[in-house]
Amino acid sequence: MWQPACKLEQLKARAELYALVRDFFARRQVLEVETPLISRASATDPMLDSVSLNLSAGDAVGPRPFYLNTSPEFPMKRLLAAGSGPIYQICKSFRDGENGRRHNPEFTMLEWYRPGFDLEQLMDEVEQLVLGVLQCSPATRRSYRNAFVEITGIDPFSVSDAALSDLARERAAYNGPVLSRDENLDLLLSVLIEPELGKQGPEFVYHYPASQAALAKVGETADGYAIAERFELYIEGLEIANGYFELTDAREQHKRFKEDNQQRVKLGKPEITIDRFLLDALAAGMPSSAGVALGLDRLLMLRSKLSRIQDVLAFPIERS
Amino acid sequence: MASYSTNEFRSGLKVMLDGDPCSVIENEFVKPGKGQAFNRVKLRNLKSGRVWERTFKSGESLEAADVMDYDMEYLYTDGEFWHFMMTDGSFEQHAADAKAVEESINWLKEQEVYVVTLYNGAPLSVSSPNFVELEVIETDPGLKGDTAQGGTKPATLSTGATVNVPLFVNIGEILRIDTRKGEYVSRAKS
Repeated sequence: MWQPACKLEQLKARAELYALVRDFFARRQVLEVETPLISRASATDPMLDSVSLNLSAGDAVGPRPFYLNTSPEFPMKRLLAAGSGPIYQICKSFRDGENGRRHNPEFTMLEWYRPGFDLEQLMDEVEQLVLGVLQCSPATRRSYRNAFVEITGIDPFSVSDAALSDLARERAAYNGPVLSRDENLDLLLSVLIEPELGKQGPEFVYHYPASQAALAKVGETADGYAIAERFELYIEGLEIANGYFELTDAREQHKRFKEDNQQRVKLGKPEITIDRFLLDALAAGMPSSAGVALGLDRLLMLRSKLSRIQDVLAFPIERS
Repeated sequence: MASYSTNEFRSGLKVMLDGDPCSVIENEFVKPGKGQAFNRVKLRNLKSGRVWERTFKSGESLEAADVMDYDMEYLYTDGEFWHFMMTDGSFEQHAADAKAVEESINWLKEQEVYVVTLYNGAPLSVSSPNFVELEVIETDPGLKGDTAQGGTKPATLSTGATVNVPLFVNIGEILRIDTRKGEYVSRAKS
């Protein structure tokens, strides 16, 4: 088990991918930045489990809890608020409990922010990056609602909770305790919809239900359903990137943090320290921006035509 | 009894599902970009042999099934039960019913060692070794000199099983049989 899990040629393929990415952003005058992986606060998202650690910061306080970042989002937004202009980062991110053929608890994320961009413009840019890396056909775009209707035959906004549960039981083999509406939607998305996405080239899915906004702004459909200004990119059924038209309202952000923590308590999960620095930065004024996080290990899997994340990692968690 | 969380599910793990013992075949972790994670699990129901597909919320757990495999020597049948004896020196005997020996009844030979799966201490299933050697008790007379390919005939073996064999095979010969396909492999070297 001391040897790398991937073939040695994958080390070179990774280096080439990073060079392509850095060249892409250099040409566009997007600045590469670096932010801490260890923070005193972390993502409150109830479905993300941060890795925590005890660290003595070399002061009189002694060892105290910190987190490893689940993404570099918060400190990068602080840079935006400080006037950095467009920025990107390639860094490790950590998510406890996520392990499988498409997940490793420690993975490499490419995250970038574009002040002045809207969701459409950011999707255009993501597409250009991906086309350059994969040499594939142009991307298509489909709303979350249309993807659901076309693949499952149900409208995710108007369907009843009972009909959703029935579908989860009949077509996703779910037989456990009753799921919430969003859990049912997540289940159907994972089992029925994702495998059908991005079969003929990259596919963007946009306008998620507002309940799944995470850190995106919320809008409304023509017929009055609340939607998140959020997209995901899929290629060959693999989720590659998650983008937002970013929430910049400090008060709304604070409210979401608190609601997340209440939800965490209900789920029996530990509350997460709220990032006061982010709230202060938003209060000071973050420019209107669109931002996206892209899984570089997965992009490398596609570029190298490999189906398991372990095939592109030197030392996945089992060998770490 | 212990229980296992979805993230401990590995191929071969024995768990209880809907009151039946099952063996995990495959476990896939799925999670949409944001949101709830699930595990899509394939399991074999050890009672019916059927494969079940089930989706669990990640972190859910199932009770462990008291299922263990043991090497046992086949002794005899009394017509209702098939009797096996542990090969670990304990001489402990177990009686398997017709349901438990269903898969391997054609290949049960005295003094041969089989894998007997015990569930709560009682035989649940019996699996044969991949190859067994059995005597031909009935077949049409062999054709002299015909050892080349071409043509087969049915032969009844000492266990009562019928397999297709080459034309040169005679009554009383010992044949090597692939139990997975129920096929003749060769004459046993004696």
